[in-house]
Amino acid sequence: MELQITDLGCIRGGRLVFAGLSLRADGGSLTLLRGPNGAGKTSLLRLIAGVAEPDHGRIALHGGNAALTLSQQCHFVGDRDAAKLHLTVAENLRFWGDFLDGGDLDRALDSFGLKALAGLQAAVLSTGQRRRLALSRLALVARPLWLLDEPTVGLDAQSRQRLVALMSAHLASGGIILAATHVELGLAGIELSLGEAPTRGIAAQ
Amino acid sequence: MQQFANPRRFLKLIDAVEPWAWAFTVILLAVGLYLSLVVAPQDYQQGETVRIMFVHVPAAWMALLAYLDMALASAVAIIFRHPLADIAAKAAAPIGACFTFLALATGSLWGKPMWGTWWVWDARLTSMFVLFLLYLGYIAIWHAIDDPGRAARIAAIVALVGCINLPIIKFSVDWWNTLHQPASVFRIGGPTLHPAILAPLLVMGAAYLALFVTLHLTAIRAEIMARRLRQMELARADEV
Amino acid sequence: MTALAAVITRDLRLALRQGGGAGIALGFFLTVLVLIPLGIGPDVALLARIAPGTLWIALLLSVLLSADRIFEPDHDDGSLEIMTLGPVPLELIVLAKAAAHWLATALPMALAAPFLGLLLNLDPALLLPLGLSMLPASLALSLLASLVAAVTVGLKRGGLLLSILALPLYLPALIFGVAASAGDDTLSASRSAALLILLALVLLALVIAPFAGAAALRAHLR
Repeated sequence: MELQITDLGCIRGGRLVFAGLSLRADGGSLTLLRGPNGAGKTSLLRLIAGVAEPDHGRIALHGGNAALTLSQQCHFVGDRDAAKLHLTVAENLRFWGDFLDGGDLDRALDSFGLKALAGLQAAVLSTGQRRRLALSRLALVARPLWLLDEPTVGLDAQSRQRLVALMSAHLASGGIILAATHVELGLAGIELSLGEAPTRGIAAQ
Repeated sequence: MQQFANPRRFLKLIDAVEPWAWAFTVILLAVGLYLSLVVAPQDYQQGETVRIMFVHVPAAWMALLAYLDMALASAVAIIFRHPLADIAAKAAAPIGACFTFLALATGSLWGKPMWGTWWVWDARLTSMFVLFLLYLGYIAIWHAIDDPGRAARIAAIVALVGCINLPIIKFSVDWWNTLHQPASVFRIGGPTLHPAILAPLLVMGAAYLALFVTLHLTAIRAEIMARRLRQMELARADEV
Repeated sequence: MTALAAVITRDLRLALRQGGGAGIALGFFLTVLVLIPLGIGPDVALLARIAPGTLWIALLLSVLLSADRIFEPDHDDGSLEIMTLGPVPLELIVLAKAAAHWLATALPMALAAPFLGLLLNLDPALLLPLGLSMLPASLALSLLASLVAAVTVGLKRGGLLLSILALPLYLPALIFGVAASAGDDTLSASRSAALLILLALVLLALVIAPFAGAAALRAHLR
């Protein structure tokens, strides 16, 4: 399996975020996105996920399920938790399980130690606990490509370890991970720095 | 990415055409007004006030035409993603809104001597009023969204949905009108148009069309300039 | 459970738990009904004459009031983004959320409205025509509300903008809805014609709302 990105360009708010970006990520590889704020890490992840449309370039997943789109084969965990405050932890996960077609609720609850909180409404959870709920999606439904935007924010040390373990297992089974993070995860990965290319600037005439 | 590849050439085109467009418009308006105010005969029922028709009816035509222009530009924007199409649509809206307002105001003025009231909810005026609301909604969308690319897309959707809605609104309001009013003796369209009235009306129509095109070109140029200004400001912010 | 059924049940569950569904809309509806005689005077004959039209207008406004809840919460907490990663296209998601809104808000209102019209001295013979026309119309209202909600999601002062954009879309449903619930016997032929046209409007909304709504959501997610 291979994620291939060719000559990707992104314009947001009249500004050129990045242009001419190409990368290749093989199965079992971790790509770490580094760069200052506003460099386009989040934009890149959203473009790959298919949440946003690129202004230029191509994104393709080779060797995946040909019957599914790339969006249907990836997990995207952004800065927001996608959790409904008036649903319980279990109900939130069960919804995503049903929606994303599949879902091992027990495995998801265990992945970040949320089993004890399963019956509580998300409104009473702390920020860190809600983050764990969002990340539990990764263990809920099996998808080959993981796109993580600052996944460690708000996590305590134990949860961070759990995340690293989950990521490690995913890589070992041939999955692809792209993670934007400032933190040292302790996992071997390729670094991609955004925001230093000379093409930063206004779209040329 | 050829974001602003074309506008430079288009600006040159507008600069070349503009003086001629204004000249043409002024001539047509002068001829049309002369025909309307001096040459056209009085109406046996309405006397001199029928002359407001020559200002009102072409305004109504332009109000509708401007919206269709906006919708067409929006369709081109969605299908071909041509940056000028967004600009053209955005520029047409305030002009169309003004024509609509003119039609409503002159419609009211025309009707006052006849109906005794400043406004009446007949089919045509009511439809025109709703058209005015459609323009306002469209213009509001542009102002409500900061990102120009996103605003362009959303506005295009609003324009197209409104365009689909237009004939439905016309049909609905006509139906509503026949339900609530018996066949009115007086139609705001006036008596059947005979040649003496038709010619000035058509000339005024052509004059209004020329006016719309000229104003539209000017507005497009203004919008392109405004975007360039913003780009320069963004570049300035990036330098710091 | 299929993805769409999951969306609908989740939205219904949230509407029940959070409130802001039929409850608040009904409250607004009652407020409008109270204001009418306060503004116009308690002349029961006059109220009976304006009752059908007033009920329709109150229904429109109440549905509009709840429209900004259709996509805003999902857009704010990031759920909408994750929904684009699901097995169903965004068009069907728009349809599912419109259906949930209809079941939770517009449909209960449409069922209650004719009976609440008795507060305005509504002629009881009109209860059935009102109900029969408000039921399908409420579906069109929810669909169009979803369309406009998708267009205005995440905008400041989106509620006001939503109203300006929605009212021209609601206008045909209002006109034919009132005509379909008319009481005058001489208009019974036009009453059934109006009902048929109303049904046609529902079908049109069923087609346009998902496509335009999904296009708008994609533009916002960019």
